[in-house]
Parts: sequence; C-alpha cells; structure tokens
Amino acid sequence: MLITILVSAGVVAAVGLVLGALIGFTAKKFEVETDPKIEAVQELLPGANCGGCGYAGCADFASAIVTKDTDPSGCSACSDAMLAKIAEVTGKAAGKKEKMTAVVFCSGSFSRSTQAADYNGILDCRSASIVAGAGGKACRFGCLGYGSCARACPFGAIEIRDGLAVVHPELCRACGKCVNVCPRKLIRLVPASAKIHVYCNSLEKPAKRRKLCKNPCLACKKCIRTDENHMQMQAGLVRVNYSNPPEPGFVEQVKCPTGALQLEEMHRKIEALKPAAPAPKKEESK
Amino acid sequence: MNIPVKTWRFHGGVHPADGKALSNSVPAQRAPLLERYTVALQQNIGAPPKPIVAKGDVVKKGQLIAEAGGFVSAPIHAPTSGTVGDTVEVPGANGGTIPAIEIIADGKDEWGSGLEPIPNWKNTDREILKKRIAEAGIVGMGGAAFPTHVKLSPPPEKGIDTLILNGAECEPYLTADHRLMLERTEAVLEGAAIAAKILRVDRIFLGIEENKPDAIAALREKAGAYGVTVVPLHVRYPQGGEKQLIYALTGRSVATGGLPMDVGCVVQNVGSCAAIRDAVVEGHPLIERYTTVTGTPVVNPGTWILRLGTTVEQALTFAGGVKERAAKVIMGGPMMGFAQTSLGVTITKNSSGILLLQWKETSGYTSNPCIRCGRCVRACPMKLLPGPVSVMVESENYDEAERNYVMDCMECGVCTYVCPAKRPLVQHFRRAKAEINAKRRAAKAKQA
Amino acid sequence: MSEEIEKKTVVLPEPGSLVLSTSPHVQDGDSISKIMLKVLVCLLPAVIASIWFFRFNAVRILVYCGAFSVFAEYAWSLAIRRKPTVGDFSALVTGVILALNLPPGAPWWLCMVGSVFAIIVVKELFGGLGQNPFNPAAAARVALLVGFAGPMTQWAAPVTGELVSGATPLGAVQLAKGSKEAMAILGSPENLKALFLGNVGGSIGETSALAILIGGFGLLCFRLIKWQIPLAMIATIFVFSGIVHLAAPELTPGPVYHILSGGVMIGAFFMATDMVTSPMTALGGLVFGALIGVLTCVIRIWGAYPEGVSFSIVIANALVPLIDRLCYIRPFGWHSHSASALQIRRGEIK
Repeated sequence: MLITILVSAGVVAAVGLVLGALIGFTAKKFEVETDPKIEAVQELLPGANCGGCGYAGCADFASAIVTKDTDPSGCSACSDAMLAKIAEVTGKAAGKKEKMTAVVFCSGSFSRSTQAADYNGILDCRSASIVAGAGGKACRFGCLGYGSCARACPFGAIEIRDGLAVVHPELCRACGKCVNVCPRKLIRLVPASAKIHVYCNSLEKPAKRRKLCKNPCLACKKCIRTDENHMQMQAGLVRVNYSNPPEPGFVEQVKCPTGALQLEEMHRKIEALKPAAPAPKKEESK
Repeated sequence: MNIPVKTWRFHGGVHPADGKALSNSVPAQRAPLLERYTVALQQNIGAPPKPIVAKGDVVKKGQLIAEAGGFVSAPIHAPTSGTVGDTVEVPGANGGTIPAIEIIADGKDEWGSGLEPIPNWKNTDREILKKRIAEAGIVGMGGAAFPTHVKLSPPPEKGIDTLILNGAECEPYLTADHRLMLERTEAVLEGAAIAAKILRVDRIFLGIEENKPDAIAALREKAGAYGVTVVPLHVRYPQGGEKQLIYALTGRSVATGGLPMDVGCVVQNVGSCAAIRDAVVEGHPLIERYTTVTGTPVVNPGTWILRLGTTVEQALTFAGGVKERAAKVIMGGPMMGFAQTSLGVTITKNSSGILLLQWKETSGYTSNPCIRCGRCVRACPMKLLPGPVSVMVESENYDEAERNYVMDCMECGVCTYVCPAKRPLVQHFRRAKAEINAKRRAAKAKQA
Repeated sequence: MSEEIEKKTVVLPEPGSLVLSTSPHVQDGDSISKIMLKVLVCLLPAVIASIWFFRFNAVRILVYCGAFSVFAEYAWSLAIRRKPTVGDFSALVTGVILALNLPPGAPWWLCMVGSVFAIIVVKELFGGLGQNPFNPAAAARVALLVGFAGPMTQWAAPVTGELVSGATPLGAVQLAKGSKEAMAILGSPENLKALFLGNVGGSIGETSALAILIGGFGLLCFRLIKWQIPLAMIATIFVFSGIVHLAAPELTPGPVYHILSGGVMIGAFFMATDMVTSPMTALGGLVFGALIGVLTCVIRIWGAYPEGVSFSIVIANALVPLIDRLCYIRPFGWHSHSASALQIRRGEIK
C-alpha cells in the first residue's frame, strides 16, 4: 500500500519535473525580445482597458507610446503625476492636457419628471429605447435611468439615483465610454474646471417642457443676458461656454427660474435628498 | 372556386387563445362624423408625403392634402369636407411624434376627390389603373403600410405568376379583415381582379384561416366570377406572415433577405384590395378603413369603419369606453402590436385594431435564465435559435447574433409567447437588429 | 346609436397609468416552476414503485435527497445574496432523480454528499439553472460511484430489504461473462418479466421499467421532453447490444435485457432529456441519444463498470455544444445561394 503511494507520488513528481524543465527551456529558447520600457509604461497606465485612447487596451497603448512616440496624454484616465512618471520612463515630455469629466445633461429623476407610462421590459437604456415611447418618462430627451452608462463605466463613476444618472467627477477619468453608450446622447465630456451646467437636453417646445419636468431649461436666456461670455446657445440648447466657464457663484447671480442651471454638487446632492421613488413600478402584479 | 389546393405547413408557429369571439359576430359600424380629424402626415413606409394645404384652406372630402414625397410614398386625402386647421404633433403608433394636419369638419361631408370613377376597368390601360392606385394613396393595410402601387410594379424579369390575398388575420383578437371579407366580399374580389390585371397574372389565391367559416363561404360563393381561389388555411400564428403565407400556398420559400417577388409572388392585404376597388370603380381615395376596437375591458367590442385621423380616444368612445381598468392600449394585435402611452394616437392607413388588455391578461416582465428547453426553436417560423441568440445579445455579442441570423427575425413574437422562463426575446432581437443596422450604416458611411 | 353613446359618460383608460412594453403582449401560461412540477408528477410512478419495492429505505433516501438538495440551493442563494430560487422546484427535481439513482443501502451522508455535489458543484458553480453543462443528478451519481464505490453498491433485494452484494441484474451479467449458458439464463422470459416490473435489485428508482415508462409517457404527453432522445438512445442500445449478442452470446445477454436493466429507462426518459443539458434541435436529439446508447453499451460490455448510463450521459452532456453546432438548423428560406449565405462565403458576416 505504502509503496503504491510512494511510486505514484514519485511518478507525478518526475513528470512535473520533466515538464517544468521543458517549459523553462522553451521560455528561454523562444523568448521574444520586448522593450522593458513598454512593460514599465504599462505598469503606470490605469489598466482599466477602457479604450478611451483609441487603442485596444492599455498594453497596446503602452507599446504605442514607446515605439510610435504617441503622446501619453492621450490617456484621459491618467493623472498628471502618472503622466510625469511615464515621461520619465520614456524620456519624452508628455503634452499638457486639460482634465475632463463627463456630465449627464438631465435633471429629470423619477420624482422630478412626469411619467407617461409604466415601462415593463428589460431594465437597460439601449433596450428600452427601442420600445415605442421608450422608458416610462414623458420627456423624449431625458435620462432613461436604466443605467447603461453606469454599467459601461470602467471606473464606477456613474451612479443611478432615483432614475437619473449622476457623475462623480472625482472618479470620472473621462474615457468617454458612457458618451457612446447613452441612447439619448445626453452625456458629454467637458472640462472639469466647469462647476456649473445646464442640466437639460430637451428640444421639446418650451411650453411643453414644464409639463414634463420640474427642472427644464425653458431657454428663457436669463443666464445669457446675465453674462454673455459664460453662457451661450448651442444647437437650440442653452449651454455653459466651456471655453470660458463661469465661477460657482454664477448660479446665485442668475437665479435660474427653473433650476436647470445648477452647481454640479447640487445636482448630485438634491437627488440623494429627494425621497427615492420606487424604480419603475411593477404594481398590480397581483 | 372550390377546387382543393395543396397547401404546405410552415415550421413552428403557435396557437394563442384568439379572443376573436369578442368582436367577430358584430357587424362593422360606420363611425359618426367627428368635428375634427387629426390626419398624420406619415402613414406609409418610405418618403413622408408633403403637405400642400395651408391653414384656413377649404377642402372637400377626399381632396388631396399631402402629395407623395417620392416613388415609395403615398399621398394623403382629407377625411371629410371642412377647413384646414393647425399643423400639430401627434404621437406616432410606433413611438416618437409625427406632424399632423387638423381638418375641422363642416358637417356637409361632400365628396370632391377629383378622381374620375373608372367602372370599365377591364378595358382600361394598366398604367392608368396603376396611376389611380398611386393617386388614391393606397398602402398595405395589414400593418407594414408599404405603398401598393410600388408592390404592383415589379420588374418584369421577376416573372410574377401568383397574386396572393392575405386574409389570414392570424393575430388574435383582430376581426377587421374578417368583417371586411364578409361584408364587402365583392369589393375585395374585384380589387383583387384589378390588381391581377395590373400584374398580368391569372393565378389568384386568397389565404384565409379556417376560423372564419362564414367569410370562407361568402367568398367561395362569389370568388369564381373573379378568378380567385379561396384557400382555407390551418389556424396557426403567424399564418399571415408574408413569407409563411407564400410558403403555405405555393410551397415556395422566400430567401433570407429576399422579397416575395423573387419567388414570383405579390401579396396584398384584403383591405388594400377593397381600397383598390373603391379607388378605381368609385374614384374614392383611401380615407377610411375597417378597424377592430376590442379587448375584455371594452364595453362594446366590435369593428368600426373609422376615418383616418380619428384618435384612439374617439374610437374608444364609439365603443362605449371601458368597463374595467385597462393596463395596456395596443395599436394592432397582441403579438406584434405597439403598446401606447397616450390616447392621442391617430388611426392611420395601417391601424388594423385597437386592443385593450387587462393587467392579468398581459405578460409582466420577468427574465429568468434560459433553460434551453428548445420551445422557441420549435416554435420559430423563421427557424432561428431564439434562446441561444438572446443570450448572445444579452452579452452584447452582436457579431455572433448576426452570424446566427438575428436579422432574419421578423419579430412575430412566438418565441416570447412560448418561453417558460419569460425571457423578453423579441426585445433582445429588436435591440440586436437596431445595433447591427447602426453598425452597417456606420460601415457604409465610412466607405462613402 | 352615436348620440346615445355620447350622452352616457364614457370611461376611458387614463393615460399615464398605461403599461409600456414591447410585443408580444400575451404569453402562454407555462413557467419554469410549472414545468418542474409536471416533471415531479411524471416522477411519481417511479417514486411509488421504489417505495413499493424498497419500502422504508426508499422513503428514507427520497426524503434525505430531496431535503438536502432544496437546502443546498437555499443556502447557496443566501450565500451569494440572490433571491432564493427554490420556488422553481428544479432543486427538488434534481434531488428526487438523484435519490432514484441511489442504492437502497445508501447511508444518509451519501445522500447529503450527492445532493450538495449535484446542486452546488454541478449546478450553481456554473451559474445556476440553465447554465450547467452536466445533468446534476447524473454527474452526482458518477461522482458518488467513483468516490464511494463501497456504499454505492449497498444493494438490497427488493421487498425483503435484505442487504446483498452484487445482486443487480447488471452485476449478474458481469459475473456471467464468458459463459454462454449463464447469459441464456439471464435472458430468459421470467427474468425479463421481473426486470420489466422491477422486482430485482438495483438503485431504488431504476428497477421498474414499467413505472418509468408510465412517467415517460406523461413527459411526452406534457411535451416536456424531445421524443428523439429516448427513442434514439433505446433503439441504439437495442441494435448495438443485439449485434454483439448475436456475434458473441457469451459476452452479453440479449438486447431486451439491456434495455430493461440498470439505468437505461430512467436515464433515457429523465436524465438524458434534461432540457438544460441536451441539444435544442430535433436532429441534435437523435445524435445525442444515439451517442449515449453506444457509450452505454461499450461501457457495459467491455468496461470495468457493470453500468454505464450515467457515465455516458455526462460524457454526452459535454459534447452538447458541439452537437448543437453541427446539427444547426438553417433559417427559413436559407439556400446555399441566398443573400446571407453569400455574405458568409464572402466573409462579410464573420
């Protein structure tokens, strides 16, 4: 009995040794020369493989930085400190880049917008948007609130609060994944220095907007009249002039009649303070 | 004609509780004249028609108010005499909003279409007949709303030899075509004969499900005089799907991505045939249609002859409103219809029915994992693999879904109907088709 | 008529309260839990037969396996913080089928190990119902047979409950190998009748072919299983073992003996036909059944184990994705010259 155990253990050990030696030999023999710099740069990149740089993941981008002189600042997810370290490794100065952040241009949470119907289907924005009348909210331009962007975000920077996507700018690395996934095209990357945004994307007739939402931008242009340098019209929507964003005090100054012009932190906070209405109702299900 | 015709059995299909008994014995009623009609300006597949009237214009019943916006387009006519009101936006049955022209009725309801009747169509040039059908704004009234004159102009090399009339009405609850075939039998048959003359075919089949014995008897009595063969078909959804119907009647299968004319067939809805006859023989453009207003919550379910531009709200009022709470208002049937969020949707050329369902009759959303029972595979009339493909779509693997022919899905809904795990399969496929189409468009734009 | 309507107050559905969803708006009433309940009903004849033949032992094993399976599923749901899925009855079905596959002498801990293995390792670790590549009951039986050969062969004579070893019909075949005469005795009509009714030794639920046939008939009537799988499996075993019997009568008894003995019946109707682990297409079902049949015969006639049904089912389960791929059905209207076929050939659809 004992001898059997010993023999089998010995055989397994021997096979393991031989195979291990083989692997070691092939690894040495057929080694592919790689630039150690690529590995070093890859270590410094965020490793989220978000694809925001346009390359197939961080490893691909790292080799592009080293071999093709691509500007490492193309990685929007890198902090400035990391970029400086990458520049040290490659010996080339990194270009300056402005920190960007994603903004969801809507403030119509479930409790603050009119519901046209109870949506009863796949809880995903892209799936909901193909149903006639999409979602349940009456507004045809607002956030659907089923979290496609939150699921797409590799950094967990988007949260769905009461049926509205809100971005946490401190987590957002501006990779742009959410921008492409939103079926309503509500999300834009803007300079993180802007702290005020007009949280509305509606192109509905202004008279109708009030019926659909508690915080619509009615395009009254009060803010533009207050300061033409900071605010502007863009394709029918009032937007902050992101090349010259206003100071946080601007909100107090304007006193937007509907509250569509909001501080970024208020946008997040108010959602949290509001009693969360039950997400898409499944009432009457007996 | 009573000659038995060989029929084929298409793959799969289901037999849902049909609910037709609610309304199939009620004679169609003509809706009373309304004070105001809201005529939607997009009632066909293809280019939207261009409005040619301005606010304040006086129009006659049947007068052209929007001309065709291209070859694949159909003009729109005033449903009654009166004055043109505002241009408003109405919710579309398939979502979104569409512009619409209001017609404020003057109560006289005077005809003035400007189309001369052609009672002697047998000796009239085919092109004149075809032009008349285009002028009358006739589209496929079964649901797709494809302009009829385009269907009747197949390239000569296709060798069209069969005209198929679609009277299957396989959707549960709907009885509009049933009542139409029963009450306007000769109009349907004469319209078919006109279409056959235009197409130069002498083989005309009328496919009809066996659950309409009175309509079959009525049609058979008169069909001989018009050279139409009435073929009763098994009651199985989707018997009225275009490809399924062609297969059932001729044994020819339309290739994936192909059109019926590729196998020498043209399919016309019976409603469109009756409209063709009215346009040619009477000179009346398409301004009204048979529409079923039904469902257990409806007080008086039945079929109504509604003018285009009637809102769902008005149609429901004709039917006496609801007696129980309705959870869903559906334009069309329960298998392929669109759930509506408002009652402001208007009757268009392809509104075959308004169906109200109570909560307990509808299917609530749940989605359990696929247990691979294979019922969807057995039921799919397009012989796809709905279950596995839905899993691919769930993981956003659209390439794999495309390889598994998701684009051939016609969204008939039988897979979702039979799924014991209650998976929203059709919604997955709609999404996959939308994403793949977007991808194809992007690829095309890149090439150009 | 119309004036009359307008005078009355007409109630209309209120907008805003309507439900929005995609078509279809109706579904037939079947659900996973109803399917599983129907399977349980179809298992009843086999359960009754097992209790009839093995008395208290059968009750004991059925209760243990059922309870442990349901408990394992519930505990797993709690552990991964998922809504408990016990309500779909799939765990109970697995437990009962596993119990029917255990010998009458199986101790309580064997039931527990088998149930937990079936539910946690075979089913839940792969993602739960619908994701498991192997039939939980078959895989658990294989695991127990390999891991606990002793307790798994605690056979007992039916009715008396007396513990005996090697007293199963297939054990007898193993002993009779090489002797034409012994094989002939095994294949005698009296023997076959006992096999058909179930008055023989073996796992508690697999002995009575009659009871399983009744249940299988129920499954077919409820349209819960593909008829192709049991048909192909039984027919293949019949043909294969028949040929071997004719060629070498000392090696194996007649084909009917093979079909009626061991786990062929319960395997064919209840384990191979498991929806999750069998091919989806009709042709795939035929291939799958035939594959199990061949493997079973090979293991029984030339293998070291007297019985091979559960091994064959597990091996065939592993090949299901391949079978599904090879037996792929083409969409309606698919011709080798159709548009999508050409696109595939040109590489436009990868």
